[in-house]
Amino acid sequence: MSLLQVRGATKTFGSLVAVNDVTLSVEPGELRAIIGPNGAGKTTFFNLVTGFFPPSSGQIFLDGKDITQASAVDRIRMGMARTFQITQIFPELSTRENVQIAAETAMGFRMRPWLSRANRAAVAERIDETLVATRLTEQADRLVGELSHGDQRSAEIAMSLALKPRILLLDEPTAGMGEQETFQVAGLIRRLHKHTGYTIMLVEHDMRVVFNLADRIMVLTEGTLLAEGTPDEIAANPAVQAAYLGTAE
Amino acid sequence: MSTTTVPGTLAAKPAARGWLHLPIIWAVLLAAPYWMPFVGGYDALASRIVIFGLAAMGLNLLLGFTGIMSFGQAAYFGLGAYGAGFVLRYWVHSTPLAILCGILFGTAAGVVFGALMMRRTGIYFAMLTIAFGQICYYIAYSWNSVTGGYDGLRGFTRAPLHFGSYVLDIRTNGLLFYYFVLAVFAISTGIMGVLLRSPLGRTLIALRENRVRARFLGIPVEQHVWISFILSTFFTSIAGALYALLNNFADPTALFYVISGNLVIMAVLGGMLNFWGPLIGAAVFVWLEDFISSQTVNWMSFIGVIFVVVVLFFPRGLLGFIRRRSA
Ligand SMILES: Nc1ncnc2c1ncn2[C@@H]1O[C@H](COP(=O)(O)OP(=O)(O)OP(=O)(O)O)[C@@H](O)[C@H]1O
Ligand SMILES: [Mg+2]
Repeated sequence: MSLLQVRGATKTFGSLVAVNDVTLSVEPGELRAIIGPNGAGKTTFFNLVTGFFPPSSGQIFLDGKDITQASAVDRIRMGMARTFQITQIFPELSTRENVQIAAETAMGFRMRPWLSRANRAAVAERIDETLVATRLTEQADRLVGELSHGDQRSAEIAMSLALKPRILLLDEPTAGMGEQETFQVAGLIRRLHKHTGYTIMLVEHDMRVVFNLADRIMVLTEGTLLAEGTPDEIAANPAVQAAYLGTAE
Repeated sequence: MSTTTVPGTLAAKPAARGWLHLPIIWAVLLAAPYWMPFVGGYDALASRIVIFGLAAMGLNLLLGFTGIMSFGQAAYFGLGAYGAGFVLRYWVHSTPLAILCGILFGTAAGVVFGALMMRRTGIYFAMLTIAFGQICYYIAYSWNSVTGGYDGLRGFTRAPLHFGSYVLDIRTNGLLFYYFVLAVFAISTGIMGVLLRSPLGRTLIALRENRVRARFLGIPVEQHVWISFILSTFFTSIAGALYALLNNFADPTALFYVISGNLVIMAVLGGMLNFWGPLIGAAVFVWLEDFISSQTVNWMSFIGVIFVVVVLFFPRGLLGFIRRRSA
């Protein structure tokens, strides 16, 4: 069964149809990329999937369960995690504390006024393994707001990983990065996908990243699904070449 | 590539950078009755400072640690005072029961009002805090037969403390009462400090830092706004109960929005991002009020000038400034 299924998702803002009747399914362990020009509705699509706002019409299923009406918090509890196009972190806290809040929330401790020694150790272990996975161990005690742009984006991914999600949604993880940082983040995503087996859906503008990493690609233009398929199929698709790849070069 | 920086310089973590300030703060507080006379103070003024310090620290759970504006905190301060007063006036002559009842009044109101406004944000939340505060004020003001109306609730005194056969006479001995206030302050701030270092405290700080991120980590934001509000009213109502004990009366001005404003000024003056900031702010504010009001009726304009200077030049408050320089 598909892990994530979206059926006929539509979102309108006044007269603007930002996402128009999009259907897709993501299999467990898949890395799915969403591409499309600026304003195509990629972020809006993410917002529908993660419950940032409700769809105007259509349905969303996680593991076959209809979550169209579920709140964002409920969807996180059911195993979604996301990052944002504009980094969303806790800037005046250390990297470790950022990840700690994620870990404690995911482990059900967010209302606890104290933790047992065993629970504290469990939290610390999850923080450490997350920091290692995202290569942020050396930045652990620095304020996350003072890190480089690339490390801040990694920290946001780290917070999402600390939730141990079943599906990870990344909105332009390499946005605003130079060569070196893009390479690092792409490496991180590859490791998460290949080694840890994460199911990942990502929006990405960097075509090298997309065609290197993705199992399947969905192309959006003006809110509509233009094409869907493997990287080879997408690269060979004349409609995509005309509408998107051609103009991007 | 930047190299190492000082960690946590800006972080509003209680006692995150060592414990050095703790012995200093407690030594100053413990010795207050002995050094205060040199700066024109006296026992009751010291008690007032500690009481308003606790009220402002309670408010600061919302302002500084959850990032929520509240301009109606006086309601819970006043309800704490009336709760304590009711017990002493109408029921039993017991200081501990008076404090408990004050906490009950203030916190119960916090539970109800908090539930009604937890879904509001920003200016709407702030307006509601004022509105609920004024409702409490008018009830206290108009319900003459019970609250004493404009004149306030009078005709009670705080009761001495009994430990078995041993009696601590905090009733007539102002010095002893100060140490009693300080003991309650110590327990309250101890609990507050533990809370802020717990997972619960961190989720409140998470709301202050970034609500979108908090929500998308799975933190139900409204529920935690409510929790923060209740905790804040809990601590402020303790201070209110102590205030009634200090004055041996409770009157509607304790609930008036002017007190709410004063508490905000204390927190901002001392430094909202610092655990002890509001206490410093309260000390400056209460001492100035006492000192300057004996010289001129326009004491509030002095506070106003100091406030503006602090906000303009030390946006992190007095303590924030000192800390920054020493870091
Ligand atoms: N909350 C909103 N209210 C009104 N219009 C919106 C809202 N969010 C997005 N839009 C509009 O919907 C359209 C799609 O925006 P969206 O952010 O989803 O595009 P995108 O594909 O993510 O673009 P980019 O590559 O620039 O990030 C745009 O025209 C945008 O202005
Ligand atoms: Mg976008």
